[in-house]
Amino acid sequence: MTATTSATEAAAPEPLPAGSAAALHDDPRFRELRLRFRWFAFPLTGIFLAWYLLYVLLCAYARGFMARELADHINVALVFGLGQFAATFLSAWLYARYAARRLDPPAAALRAAGPSGAGCRYE
Amino acid sequence: MSDHKTLTIALFTVFIAATLAITIVAGRRTRSAADFYAGGRAFSPLQNGVAIGGDYMSAASFLGIAGILALSGYDGFLYSIGFLVAWIVALLLVAEPLRNSGRFTMADAIAERLRSPQVRVAAGISTIVVSIFYLLAQMVGAASVVSLLLGVSSDASRIWTIVAVGALMIFYVTVGGMKGTTWVQIVKAVLLMIGACVMTVWVLAKFDFSLAGLLGAAADQSGRGDGFLQPGLKYGATDGWSKLDMISLGIALVLGTAALPHILVRFYTVPDAKAARKSVNWAIAIIGSFYLMTLVIGFGAAALVGSKTIKAADPSGNTAATRLAEFLGGGPGSTGGAVMLAFIAAVAFATILAVVAGLTLASSSSFAHDLYAGVLRRGRTTDAEEVRVARVAAVVIGAVAIALSVFARELNVAFLVALAFAIAASANLPAILFSLFWRRFTKAGAVAGVFGGLISAVVMVGLSPIVWGGASSTKPAVTLSAAQADKCGVPAGSREVGNPTALVSCTAAAPIPLENPGLVSIPVGFACAAAGTLLTGRRRTPEDDTAFDELEVRALTGVGAH
Repeated sequence: MTATTSATEAAAPEPLPAGSAAALHDDPRFRELRLRFRWFAFPLTGIFLAWYLLYVLLCAYARGFMARELADHINVALVFGLGQFAATFLSAWLYARYAARRLDPPAAALRAAGPSGAGCRYE
Repeated sequence: MSDHKTLTIALFTVFIAATLAITIVAGRRTRSAADFYAGGRAFSPLQNGVAIGGDYMSAASFLGIAGILALSGYDGFLYSIGFLVAWIVALLLVAEPLRNSGRFTMADAIAERLRSPQVRVAAGISTIVVSIFYLLAQMVGAASVVSLLLGVSSDASRIWTIVAVGALMIFYVTVGGMKGTTWVQIVKAVLLMIGACVMTVWVLAKFDFSLAGLLGAAADQSGRGDGFLQPGLKYGATDGWSKLDMISLGIALVLGTAALPHILVRFYTVPDAKAARKSVNWAIAIIGSFYLMTLVIGFGAAALVGSKTIKAADPSGNTAATRLAEFLGGGPGSTGGAVMLAFIAAVAFATILAVVAGLTLASSSSFAHDLYAGVLRRGRTTDAEEVRVARVAAVVIGAVAIALSVFARELNVAFLVALAFAIAASANLPAILFSLFWRRFTKAGAVAGVFGGLISAVVMVGLSPIVWGGASSTKPAVTLSAAQADKCGVPAGSREVGNPTALVSCTAAAPIPLENPGLVSIPVGFACAAAGTLLTGRRRTPEDDTAFDELEVRALTGVGAH
């Protein structure tokens, strides 16, 4: 039951000293990667949270509107609620696709170019 | 009733035996600190996604949401939606950078960049407080769920349930570490999804797969008509404050998930950030379909069993899912009914165990890694010593949770789950987001944000109708049962009491009418973090800038990730 340092971990190098990854910070490829990430993730989070807040506010203050029937027993509130599920699935899919195409390749390239080639170190 | 009890106990014994065996096997393969804290970082995205579902979907979300749907209709859906959409914040802003920049705990990602033991202490304390509140709610909830499902309501049975749940979770964590806990969560999530799928398809089949038919029958049987299908029966029914309360709950749910320590540590169990992203996507698929199914289960219970019958069995509606299972199997007294009831009850037990194990692991990891190794010993420990401390901490935290739960077993502590989400959103989220994305963020800002958010959330609840139950325009007087009137010390016909389960006084009105603190405490947490940063910003050194450069590169590229 006592934990001992495993062979794989003993073989792995120590975490990088502070400042070594920072050398990549001024690399234009890193600037581009950061821009791509922020440009996508921040607005999408904002839009998504606004869509959710709209739903909560309508539930609280627009009950007449939410109660309106669109079809037999299917009202606006139900459709709006299911729309939150749809937005969640859609956002997750959009981000996964964007990240695989636009974020993963440059991140991998930077890892390979990184200080002392220290990419892909798993414990 | 007794045939299903025997069967429930038999099924549950099988579950316990299987998970104990898995835990022992996982424990044999646990050697390094990375094994104990992070399952060797070797789980696949699918495995971790399922385990995240198992960690996240608590008995409160299965039995509780189905119950709210069955009794109050549409408003239960608000919970499901809040619990699900929160994952987008976790996916887009937190999962990958955290995986890349942290090591074992939530505090790692915050404190390493700020190079500050004070920040580590603050984040560690917040981790443990959030986890213990959540744990208390689950364990006290377990006691009442078990007595409901097994039909035994003696005080001794509640105490023994709490002790048994606590002992099992301590075993899972100390012996199996993250590997054992993860497998318990995977087994539970698979069982829960099977149970939910079977019930959903069965309910829909009863209505010829017509959603409108199901909704119509639910509205008819609820006695509330079409109002049952509209928001407002449970939340925001009285005055302006109660609508704000509903919004406050929604905001806390959506911002809290991305800052719940027991969820965040799951991101460390996969090899890299890409795998963390994929596991969140799996989790979203699993959790999303689960909450869609609870909609059918909850409305199905209202339509087929009837809100009145459910409310008669348990006023909070926690037995809606199991009553529905019994009905689908052929009704009370039939063999099929007993089998279905036993199966769903066993799934509910499994659900409780998997969640409490995850919480105990997160809090004991934080104690050992952040408070003991990181601060008390200032990093001068070996992995072996740290893991030993984590195991001891799991026993101690488990024992404390058992003692507190036994003490609180008669109290209405369901609010603690919502409070845990609110504290996570108020205390942890500002520190996590500012630490990852704000160059000027300082130690003082982090400490101020964590304690500002934590204290404001707790104080708000301490002044709320949860603690002070006097009748007001927000909490109109309720009709008291004889036992409640006796407990509150008022005459039977009294109109003074708005919340008979209030923790301190049933008759004194609450100074703050909000039950959910998030609307105030989340902005307070962010404001404290920002103010602390701006007030101390001049003391920033070039090393602070380099540390942030380092974090940015690591977080986005995975260079030097553990």
